[in-house]
Amino acid sequence: MSARDEILARVRDAVADVTTPPRAAETPTTEGAGAAGPAAGPAAGPARDATLELFAENVADYRATVLRATGEEVPAVLADVLAGLECRSLVVPSGLDPSWLSRLPDAVVRVPESEATSHGQLDDVDAVVTTATVGIAVTGTIVLDHAAGQGRRELTLVPDIHVCVVADRDVVPHVSDAVTRLRPSPGSARPLTWISGPSATSDIELQRVEGVHGPRTLVVVLVSEPTSKEGPGDAVPTRGGGH
Amino acid sequence: MSPDPAHDRTVGRGAGQAAYPPVQVTSPTFVGMPKFPKAARAELANAQQRRNLRHATHTIRDKRAHVVAEVDDWEALRVKGADAKDEALTHLADYLERLEESLTANGAVVHWARDAAEANRIVVDIVRAKEVDEVVKVKSMVTQEIELNEALEAAGVSAWETDLAELIVQLGHDRPSHILVPAIHRNRKEIRDIFLREMGAVGRPAPDDLTDDPARLAEAARLHLREKFLRAKVGISGANFAVADSGTLVVVESEGNGRMCLTLPETLISVVGIEKVLPTWDDLTTMLQLLPRSSTGERMNPYTTMWTGVHEGDGPQEVHVVLLDNGRSHVLADRVGRQALRCIRCSACLNVCPVYERTGGHAYGSVYPGPIGAVLNPQLRGTTSDIDRSLPYASSLCGACFDACPVRINIPELLVELRGKVVEESGPTPESTAMKAAAWVLSDPRRLATAQKAATIAGRLAGGRTIRSVPGLGAWTNARDLPTPPRETFRQWWVREHGNEDA
Ligand code: SF4
Repeated sequence: MSARDEILARVRDAVADVTTPPRAAETPTTEGAGAAGPAAGPAAGPARDATLELFAENVADYRATVLRATGEEVPAVLADVLAGLECRSLVVPSGLDPSWLSRLPDAVVRVPESEATSHGQLDDVDAVVTTATVGIAVTGTIVLDHAAGQGRRELTLVPDIHVCVVADRDVVPHVSDAVTRLRPSPGSARPLTWISGPSATSDIELQRVEGVHGPRTLVVVLVSEPTSKEGPGDAVPTRGGGH
Repeated sequence: MSPDPAHDRTVGRGAGQAAYPPVQVTSPTFVGMPKFPKAARAELANAQQRRNLRHATHTIRDKRAHVVAEVDDWEALRVKGADAKDEALTHLADYLERLEESLTANGAVVHWARDAAEANRIVVDIVRAKEVDEVVKVKSMVTQEIELNEALEAAGVSAWETDLAELIVQLGHDRPSHILVPAIHRNRKEIRDIFLREMGAVGRPAPDDLTDDPARLAEAARLHLREKFLRAKVGISGANFAVADSGTLVVVESEGNGRMCLTLPETLISVVGIEKVLPTWDDLTTMLQLLPRSSTGERMNPYTTMWTGVHEGDGPQEVHVVLLDNGRSHVLADRVGRQALRCIRCSACLNVCPVYERTGGHAYGSVYPGPIGAVLNPQLRGTTSDIDRSLPYASSLCGACFDACPVRINIPELLVELRGKVVEESGPTPESTAMKAAAWVLSDPRRLATAQKAATIAGRLAGGRTIRSVPGLGAWTNARDLPTPPRETFRQWWVREHGNEDA
């Protein structure tokens, strides 16, 4: 008997006492236990504000930096952030809104994703700017599905600085909302990277150290709808240090 | 499994039981291992380790309590988690077939391995075909269980462990002592010395001016390993979850070494125990809430990677999944014992265990230490070795592990069952009679409370003398001088010291 057939026979035999049929795989459960809360969505209102506030707070709690901006402010905010981090080069994912990098000084080298073909090349680049697919308020998590604007997985892994622009309409309250949104479609599943703060370890006497292998600096720019009534002005950094 | 009819109530019909002899082979690393009491006595003498462990377990325990309290209905979530795993386990064949189908449809190659030797052979063959002499690995308990590194080494392939803690363990020629923080028994000064002494021999050396500042030590590891990540052609991982309906594998981690191993190599081999299957994508909702909060005491761990076979143009273009039995189907046949397979290796039970806190992980003689190790090792390996026979006694049955477990594994109940089994197997002796009585008492919390009160009264009568050995509990009580039965029971003490928080 092949290993496959033998293992399947063994496990069938082992649960011969069980008479209930398998639960129907076709009925997706959308609600998550312990995760009741306001519905996700762009609807404005106090619940929405609280969700965004919680998201910003929880991201900052991981010692990532959180900035809030309107759509028009994004190019200026990115230029500021990257200058502050002394970034001299960055890799640009295909599909990223080109206007976002329009305020960067010419001296900053931009490497298009299609030209960053080796790991070593990525290792020489200081930073990457991406979007995200979803943000989760209750855990302060951003999730990348590596579609247009987010780059292949290694783009957000090898460079030491990751600046992630999250549209506030993509922030959902709960883990269950994100899991529902991210369910892979058959035949075209995307890889997913869930990021909650910069890389960290507590392996040495349980003292938390930010930054082992992933980007040691994570900056999240939370962007309100382009139609927002908020006037232009300086982005307001919320709490959280970063580097 | 015991052929004794007395055990029929705990053994699934499993007509084929005899045809599938247990189980795992106790690895040569642990075969010569003294039984738990003896090993524990040696470890107890290590004061440094005990201090580190105490600090570590208490720190994580407190963080866990804090983030668990944030969740509206933690208990409902635990029930959901246990249900999802039970659903998968009780229909395991169906879900494994489903998983295989989804993986294959997404371009992965699925292999099946009955035992450690078969799994190692499969992995070594793939690695050989790639003509490489090194692989990068992200920590996985299952590859430790099958001793894959040793198999690769025998085939002339260096396997680089890339979790900081695993790196410390590997460079220190050591064994891990905790599921989550395997290097918990090493302090920063020892780590610095290991890095300075060993890194140069296997790659980029540590900087000469390395201090014992944790940030500097982490930086040294980053540089040392980066060189290996960037050139590695083959990566090896485990998986925390394998989703049957989508074919998605999930690795939950903190440092980013997982992402490196899962993303940069051209070929990825994941060794996955068959109990890691989840029925549906939506079950991730539950698990991604339970695991990080129980494990590191965080709302979410820094990085989680999910991949579904091969993703064109992104990450490894050759993806292998090795589905491993190695004793699990045997555990599954035990109606009571099968709940141990729900374990998601969060280590919450270790951090609350008074026995583990004092002895550390090495005394358990396995990659699975602590309360769950005391259950799982004898289940997976049978009870033929001294160490495996003694493990069910490595517990005070205080119940803290059950309360902490995110998938509601009733560890005390399983320990009592196993004690009964060990005693049955050694034939009728005065000890076995005593153990049957003990099992009877211990299997019911009310009986246990009564017996504990009786012992407390005995303690008052015995005064200050130390009891060196208790008939019928020889194996465990010989390890240390058993304190005189306490004047209050553990439960009473716990409530006094901790309020009623865990009651
Ligand atoms: S037995 Fe429960 S608490 Fe212990 S490691 Fe497994 S899942 Fe975690």
